[in-house]
Amino acid sequence: MTITAQDVTKIARLARIRVSDEEKEHYAKEISGILQWIEQLQEVKTDGVPQMVSVADIRLPWRADQVTEGGQQEAVVKNAPGSDYGCFVVPKVIE
Amino acid sequence: MTNLRTLTLAEMRDGLKAKKFSSAELATAHLDAIEKINPEMNAFITITRDKALEMAKASDQKIAKGEARAIEGVPIGVKDLFCTKDVLTTAASHILDGFKPPYESSITQKLWDAGGVMLGKLNLDEFAMGSANITSYYGTVKSPWKKDGKALVPGGSSGGSAAAVAADLCPMALGTDTGGSIRQPAAFCGIVGIKPTYGRCSRFGIVAFASSLDQAGPITRNVRDAAISLNIMCGHDAKDSTSVKMDVPDFEKLLSGNIKGLKVGIPKEYRPDGINPEIAAMWDHGIKLMKDAGAEIIDISLPHTGYALATYYVIAPAECSSNLARYDGVRFGLRVMPEGGGLTDMYEATRAAGFGHEVKRRIMIGTYVLSAGYYDAYYKKAQRVRWLIANDFTEAFKKVDVILTPTAPSAAFGFDYKPSNPVEMYLNDVFTVPTSLAGLPGISIPGGLSKDGLPLGLQLIGKAFDEAAVLNAAFALEQAIGFNAKAMEKAA
Repeated sequence: MTITAQDVTKIARLARIRVSDEEKEHYAKEISGILQWIEQLQEVKTDGVPQMVSVADIRLPWRADQVTEGGQQEAVVKNAPGSDYGCFVVPKVIE
Repeated sequence: MTNLRTLTLAEMRDGLKAKKFSSAELATAHLDAIEKINPEMNAFITITRDKALEMAKASDQKIAKGEARAIEGVPIGVKDLFCTKDVLTTAASHILDGFKPPYESSITQKLWDAGGVMLGKLNLDEFAMGSANITSYYGTVKSPWKKDGKALVPGGSSGGSAAAVAADLCPMALGTDTGGSIRQPAAFCGIVGIKPTYGRCSRFGIVAFASSLDQAGPITRNVRDAAISLNIMCGHDAKDSTSVKMDVPDFEKLLSGNIKGLKVGIPKEYRPDGINPEIAAMWDHGIKLMKDAGAEIIDISLPHTGYALATYYVIAPAECSSNLARYDGVRFGLRVMPEGGGLTDMYEATRAAGFGHEVKRRIMIGTYVLSAGYYDAYYKKAQRVRWLIANDFTEAFKKVDVILTPTAPSAAFGFDYKPSNPVEMYLNDVFTVPTSLAGLPGISIPGGLSKDGLPLGLQLIGKAFDEAAVLNAAFALEQAIGFNAKAMEKAA
């Protein structure tokens, strides 16, 4: 699989990372090389083989739907680059 | 007076209890050395002198009252991927600028509850992505080992942890291992590193890279110290849903050194054509020593080994692209706000400025393999091959108790080493990644020196949750090898 600079534009958009035109060419080359190397997996016969999602052979635990460590508004926003009145501040989203 | 820093963790623990020295003396000796050596080595991102001295003082009081806990007063270094309450936690990334977690990771909390004393936070590859500790925003780490006077990489991603332990800046450092990030740097630095079974140690409060692979583990100077550390770290944690409810045996007590009749598997796929002859010779020597100690050597096959790296480089980036979506400039760390921009502009600019090249590439590969149209061909395929790789181990462990392999395909390299493409760098983890994909425990111990006088690592792999067998086999092999070479650049 060969990735073009145009493909990188699309991927970078999905990943929410701004890349310059110069970087796009560079990433296209690097990512193409890695994907070509990954192609080797197509040689492996996997018909009827299960998908391994986790090695942990455990069912996800359940717990009561109760507040355990609530009331931590101050701690939650403490590291935010912008906060007001205990809320995160972001650029205007709705016109 | 003996150099306190060269004592093992066990010797420090016992010496403290016997009041041969105080925790404050121990902490001061280490902190002074760190302040002297770190400007050049760059193993520590943050040195927590005040906190260390305060914790040491509290430990000395506990010891005086006869209330010493498991490792009361022993100084410890922490890979800067573990959240530590109110102490800068960076993951070696620009994007976490100024982040001081309001909570403590479960593993570090267990260590402090056992009496450990925190010296500081150790350098790593950015978000633990790398095999040479050269992707850190805080600069590269230099190994205490040198080749002809030339600086070498410590391996990665737990490069700061391995370098610090090898240079006697702490007897134990926490590491994390996703594809070899504890074992490979331990091999490069001539020390011991163990990745326990997935699910043994809580991942709560560890900055996530690839959640189905990440595991915490200790890096130490010998196997006994690894066993002591693991005893404290393992155990169920309700805050991590993949943490396993299972009894933890006393690993230290189980170190008998007796491996008579132990079945040791030697996988033929780990000896490809063109294997570094020094690595092959070191491995053969290890095999012979285990045989001499009474182990039964059995040839085995792990047929899908050759596909492990490619599988890993689909699964790990996929999980990383999802995990690292949280760095958005809203809740913590860096925010870059372009003039007149909206929310998406802020996300894109923040992530462009905050992540390094390696991290961005992995996020983009992960985004690609998870995107519509490619998900089946890449991601689902890799998950199926992962099952085959894990199944190879399941089959092999019907015949053997442990598996012996080299840890890394070479000794440490210099900073002038420039791989022609990213895949070349990925090959460093060729022997460690299969174990990670299968979630099994693996340890690296020093197996000998190369002709250049650099350490080479041997890896022992065990059945799931059989760290005890891995540690005991490693303990026996460690004694037989008698590795006592020390890194050259040691400050007295």
